Amino acid sequence: MLDKVLFYFFAGIAVASAALMVTRRNVVHGAIFLITALLATAGIFLQLRAEFLFIVQIILYVGGIMVLFVFVIMLVNLDVALQQIQFARQKWVALLVSLALSAQVALMFWSSGKMPGQGLPVLTAAAAERLPPNSETVAHSLFESYLLPFEIASVLLLVAMIGAVVMAKKKDVTP
Amino acid sequence: MLPIGHYLFLSLALFIIGVIGVVTRRNVIVVLMSIELILNAVNINLVAFSRLYGDVAGQVFALFIIADAAAEAAVGLGIIIAFFRNRETVLADEMDLLKW
Repeated sequence: MLDKVLFYFFAGIAVASAALMVTRRNVVHGAIFLITALLATAGIFLQLRAEFLFIVQIILYVGGIMVLFVFVIMLVNLDVALQQIQFARQKWVALLVSLALSAQVALMFWSSGKMPGQGLPVLTAAAAERLPPNSETVAHSLFESYLLPFEIASVLLLVAMIGAVVMAKKKDVTP
Repeated sequence: MLPIGHYLFLSLALFIIGVIGVVTRRNVIVVLMSIELILNAVNINLVAFSRLYGDVAGQVFALFIIADAAAEAAVGLGIIIAFFRNRETVLADEMDLLKW
């Protein structure tokens, strides 16, 4: 019961603030609504007993990536951009794409022959003291089974860091 | 407990909202934020299935996706800053230097 209440609470916040993020004209308001959506997703992670991802989501997404976004929004000239039309004339493309995605999911449910929520597997409730410690199991999996992808991800982050510095650097700086 | 379908539909809703944002908005920063929303929707799916099957591999992949999102945001915002310095615009349909 509590799980259901928590899920609907966080899911409602996530979907509503995501919709507001896409539709607001002001980019700063959009960034704030995206932060709300990401925090609600962190709540969903906690409800799914993924405590490590909950912390990572808050620290990395909300504390890192969104601060970067807000910095860039402040750097580019907002007042000029606000006067212009914010929406491209691609309403029908968007409708088509979202209908196609929904049809794909409907086809998946139809081909499995089950109604959503009926025959699908149900997440089993485990007692809190019987759950394995989440951070430890994630660390074991990350540093044993997925060690090579982990190292490749660190190289990717290094490349992205160098790329970002090169991109944002002023071109006319003489050495 | 909740059926897995709830999480699938939440993820689908966030994904579709993100796709609508990518397709309809003119501001490149909002397009990048919508891409973050799409990656987030994928993470919900991964974590829900990881819980369903009792395997933490899904959470590990969600971690990799978050690292990818950070890299993508850094490079994308660097490109936006460089472009704004040259052309004084952040609107996607005014970025037409390569358009013939």
